[in-house]
Amino acid sequence: MSARTIQGQKNLQNINQASKDGIGGSPLRPDGNLKVKGEFAYSSDMWHEDMLWGTALRSPHPRATILSVDISEALKVPGVYAVLTHQDIPGSKYYGLEIQDQPALAIDKVRYHGEAIALVAADHPETARRAVKKIKVEYEVLTPIVTEEQCLDPGTYGYVHEPHEYKSHAYGNICHEQRLVSGLGVTDEVRALADVIVSGDYEVGMQDQAFLGPESGLAVPAEDGGIDLYVATQWLHVDREQMAPVLDLPEEKVRLTLAGVGGAFGGREDISMQIHACLLAQHTGKPVKIVYARDESFYGHVHRHPARMHYEHGATRDGKLVFADCRIVLDGGAYASASPAVVGNAASLGHGPYVIPNVKMHAIALYSNNPSCGAMRGFGAVQAAFGYESQMDKLAAELGLDPVELRQLNTMSEGDYMPTGQQIDSPAPVADLLRRAKEMPLPPPLDTAHLDVRQLPGALSNTSHGEGIVRGVGYSVGIKNVGFSEGFDDYSTARVRLEVIGGEPVAMVHTAMAEVGQGGVTVHAQIARTELGVEQVTIHPANTEVGSAGSTSASRQTYMTGGAVKLAAEAVKRALIEKGRRRYGWTHDDITLAGGKVVSARSGALVSMVDLLGDEAIDLTREHHHRPTVPFDKETGQGFGHVQYTFCANRAVVDVDVELGLVKVVELTAVQDVGKALNPLSVVGQIQGGCTQALGLAVMEEIIVRDGKVRNASFTDYLIPTILDTPPIPVEILELPDPHAPYGLRGVGEAPTVSATPSIVAAIRNATGLALNRIPVRPEHLTTELPG
Amino acid sequence: MEFLRPATWDEALAAKAEYPTALPIAGGTDVMVEMNFDVHRPSAILDLNRITELTQWSNDGGVVRLGASVPYARIIDELSGPLPGLALAAHTVGSPQIRNRGGVGGNLGAASPAGDSHPALLAAGRDVFVEAASVRGTRLIPIDDFYVGVKRNSLAADELIRAVHIPVADGPQQFSKIGTRNAMVIAVCAFGFALHPKDGTVGTGIGSAAPTPRRAVEAEEYLRGVLAERGLWESGDLLGTEVIQRFGELVKAAASPIDDVRGTADYRRHALAVMARRTLTWTWNDYSKQIRSAA
Amino acid sequence: MRVTFTANGKPVEADDVWEGESLLYVLRERVGLPGSKNACEQGECGSCTVYLDGVPVCSCLVAAGQVQDREVRTVEGLTDENGELGLVQQAFVDAGAVQCGFCTPGLLVQTDALLDQDAQPSDNDIREALSGNLCRCTGYEKIMDAVRLASARKCAGKGASE
Ligand SMILES: Cc1cc2nc3c(=O)[nH]c(=O)nc-3n(C[C@H](O)[C@H](O)[C@H](O)COP(=O)(O)OP(=O)(O)OC[C@H]3O[C@@H](n4cnc5c(N)ncnc54)[C@H](O)[C@@H]3O)c2cc1C
Ligand code: FES
Ligand code: FES
Repeated sequence: MSARTIQGQKNLQNINQASKDGIGGSPLRPDGNLKVKGEFAYSSDMWHEDMLWGTALRSPHPRATILSVDISEALKVPGVYAVLTHQDIPGSKYYGLEIQDQPALAIDKVRYHGEAIALVAADHPETARRAVKKIKVEYEVLTPIVTEEQCLDPGTYGYVHEPHEYKSHAYGNICHEQRLVSGLGVTDEVRALADVIVSGDYEVGMQDQAFLGPESGLAVPAEDGGIDLYVATQWLHVDREQMAPVLDLPEEKVRLTLAGVGGAFGGREDISMQIHACLLAQHTGKPVKIVYARDESFYGHVHRHPARMHYEHGATRDGKLVFADCRIVLDGGAYASASPAVVGNAASLGHGPYVIPNVKMHAIALYSNNPSCGAMRGFGAVQAAFGYESQMDKLAAELGLDPVELRQLNTMSEGDYMPTGQQIDSPAPVADLLRRAKEMPLPPPLDTAHLDVRQLPGALSNTSHGEGIVRGVGYSVGIKNVGFSEGFDDYSTARVRLEVIGGEPVAMVHTAMAEVGQGGVTVHAQIARTELGVEQVTIHPANTEVGSAGSTSASRQTYMTGGAVKLAAEAVKRALIEKGRRRYGWTHDDITLAGGKVVSARSGALVSMVDLLGDEAIDLTREHHHRPTVPFDKETGQGFGHVQYTFCANRAVVDVDVELGLVKVVELTAVQDVGKALNPLSVVGQIQGGCTQALGLAVMEEIIVRDGKVRNASFTDYLIPTILDTPPIPVEILELPDPHAPYGLRGVGEAPTVSATPSIVAAIRNATGLALNRIPVRPEHLTTELPG
Repeated sequence: MEFLRPATWDEALAAKAEYPTALPIAGGTDVMVEMNFDVHRPSAILDLNRITELTQWSNDGGVVRLGASVPYARIIDELSGPLPGLALAAHTVGSPQIRNRGGVGGNLGAASPAGDSHPALLAAGRDVFVEAASVRGTRLIPIDDFYVGVKRNSLAADELIRAVHIPVADGPQQFSKIGTRNAMVIAVCAFGFALHPKDGTVGTGIGSAAPTPRRAVEAEEYLRGVLAERGLWESGDLLGTEVIQRFGELVKAAASPIDDVRGTADYRRHALAVMARRTLTWTWNDYSKQIRSAA
Repeated sequence: MRVTFTANGKPVEADDVWEGESLLYVLRERVGLPGSKNACEQGECGSCTVYLDGVPVCSCLVAAGQVQDREVRTVEGLTDENGELGLVQQAFVDAGAVQCGFCTPGLLVQTDALLDQDAQPSDNDIREALSGNLCRCTGYEKIMDAVRLASARKCAGKGASE
């Protein structure tokens, strides 16, 4: 397509930026100016002459048989160009991230509330909406299978997917399961070794990524019979891998370009509108844009798995952990999505950053008729952290120990072993993170003489003028893996080009990395500057013309694609120096690139890059693979399963109106080891953002599902923290290099989301004395035991 | 769908008479949500933005006549003195952007049990009137007769709200609302309270805890009695925990809430009692201060 | 229907506007001003905030027909004639307040309006003023920094020009 017809397309061309900052500095974002001017083209801004608007008909029922679909009336609506059902799909009808169990459009049955059944393309969104209402679907409504008990008793309640349809080793509505046993496991003999045992049942509600930029994109049919898709996603290549078979096209004819992404947090790991827009474009021969409205966004992407967990911990009287016995049940909903990986994380990280001699763990993900759940920041680890950190507080109370001290008695350090048998072979300063969190100065007490309601629980709602307010403090620490695990080779590719433009050496970095806001593009430019000694760096738009960059998830992009940019830049550097040696016969062994010149440490500048390059460009592509991992043994959970571990500790200070059950988080401190902060400003931004999502899960965020139906698919009732809910978030960063990682860095994005939630709940417990075994904590949880 | 843009109030009334199913739009903060999410497809939209008198208010010293479209932001800035309860309620509505557009006319038009103006208007007393007009003429609807069901009010199909008549406060007023976040929340439940020393009454209003906004009649009566019998209006003496407690109980008893995604019925009752006690305490403290400083 | 109004100082005209359409849709899809963002279309996120006759409002909740003959200023209008960033825009870039940037256009307009009213707001004032602008990425800390920075620069600029 001609770029001219897309408006505001500046980020779909190269973005150039000059700066002196290499790694360790905090240069401004290369896309920052476009973003503040409103010129950065997000996927929902895509626009093409003659484009049509696509929309989907979605099921109002969580479980039903589709008896018939009649599209004839919809087709008659003036302005409608196509109405499609699964029968119109040219290729494979199923797709999926790990297991291809999800139909692109429902086939004869629906398995969750909001499942897409039919598609419409029309000349205006309103025309499309009207047409959707004219599609007649006859359903035989079935009782949804929604609770753990129902799922685990298919004999009585039935199957979400008939067992003969299973495309993995699922069985009996269990999509995936992982067991783990380490030490002696947990037997009666092991239990007898403990002086105290605490146990608890914990529940985590269904959280949503709630990125602000709705799922959207523009599919443009191409003359070669292929398709160009401009889309917001986390992983261009895995989208294409899932799309091509459905569209019945070879992968090279499905070309994806990353449009601006308005946040992701795991919610764009799966396909949403990609296949639908392309199907409509294929059928109509016209460009088709789909933009989800907020309600459709809630139906159209996976959520964080809700969890029910049983934990039992035993310890000696002096506070040494003896065993942990855990069972984690994750509700994966209708389709598999990332459930297997979520289970793997829950099982392998579910004991926390502690050394526990004997562990037994059983984690499962269910198939149910609830909304599908999959990737969200910190998956598997977030749910478990609420369980094990609640247990640590309980144990400390039982033993009469300070909760931080109890943790420090048991925290893991470099050289220790995970219950999976994997040795921690890089710094793990867990006890130190906790110490630092504790030593940070506390915020001042509430100034009752000068109350400003905006600082109190309830704020402008004017519920308290100081009455009922009790302060609480809580601590927690968490562990997360970085990168894809269990034998998966999630390599990244980068292309770096060095040439002279306008009399200056300019490096161009081209990857397929999805910039979702995290600042990967800033870091890529910094790496190129550091390795190549240039100031001018151009970021090429991310697309499928270059090899895969893997997903922008699992805290992996700086590590993986940053690592690939480093490798490619180093290769370019070697090639340039080699060129110089050939031309000038240098014999120095201390040559590097700096300040636009080839430099010898001892002899000084040898030649300028401009002179050496002339009008030649050096253009090289490299892949970066992390060290290999292996799958966990299904029964014992043993194996070198994770690439890297990352840790964060938090302290939360809250004011609770104990009479009304309202909470105001006063401060949320985070201390994290990041190995090496390539861009300190971005690192702090990631940690503060991650903490805030954790705050949301602690006190307000939940998709409420009753009998399989979503009750709050809107920003009116799915609440995320506002600026009045979010406290100051002081961040302390440690930089202890990981010898296995590029520059020694450690993935940053997820650890705070894992660790911060339990600290807030601990602080509320500290203020109220209540048990609080479920998150999000709601006002009624804090007041049910109170007299009216 | 048609889009009607009357330039004057008379044109608006004529349009509404001609198209009784036309949906008036003022700030649009309710209407447009319903349009965007396909909840509503009226035959016509009747834009009231061009009618300037709807955005004006006047105060004759005893009563404020508040134009239907005066946005909340201006109520907060300009009317906190004469209408303190309503101004506090206005300050809890949505966000600054919403408060720049939405107003009491729209809140009354939507008649949601969760509308925040309602408890404040009820608490302001029984002499609050909705000025409704049509080509047939103008009538003043007492606020107690205005709310007739869930999201239903007593306007006739051809009527528009011109203004609301609210007595100028003659004593302290308060408003509290529960939300599960610290800004931008629809009320889980809300409570408005006002002391009316001039006629020795008190006013209450309960939001989001019954099919319609409602008054806690028994609580008002109880307190009126206690204040009169004990000469508290004159003395400004402490009410005592027993009275405050009882008042809270009666407010709670006046509610008939349900469980929904925003909260449970039990919590709503509990919170209403707490808010009733607190708002009574705050207003009474202010009142006694006034009495003492006057003495 | 046809709607004509002024956008960022220039007259604009949109034809065939559906009566139920929002100002946000008209700006984004019809008059080439996609800077204001469509994150919820229910007034909850503030990403679509624009000035309407000088007052910041959610453009998703203004019916297109309501802007006839009125003045709208969007994020695109915060940049000066030469395309240089406005004070608030620059502060957001400098403070690292932009991650995905989807919330940014709305926050910029709302911040611009705040500082217009009060060049030196307290932290509580900033939080109140921005409480209708959701950001999912930053945790708001860098946004607070950006507003404080813009405020400081604005006050310094005023001081210098006096
Ligand atoms: C994000 C968000 C947050 C909100 N938060 C709150 C909140 O905290 N508390 C709260 O109470 N409300 C809240 N609301 C709802 C809304 O803002 C209020 O109800 C507001 O008062 C509506 O005023 P409006 O002028 O925008 O009404 P509109 O949307 O224009 O109209 C609302 C209704 O009133 C009718 N109407 C308007 N004017 C007249 C008139 N003059 N005569 C007859 N009928 C008329 C309309 O036909 C429509 O039925 C919120 C809305 C949003 C989008
Ligand atoms: S898009 Fe208008 S407030 Fe969210
Ligand atoms: S920067 Fe992404 S929503 Fe604010």
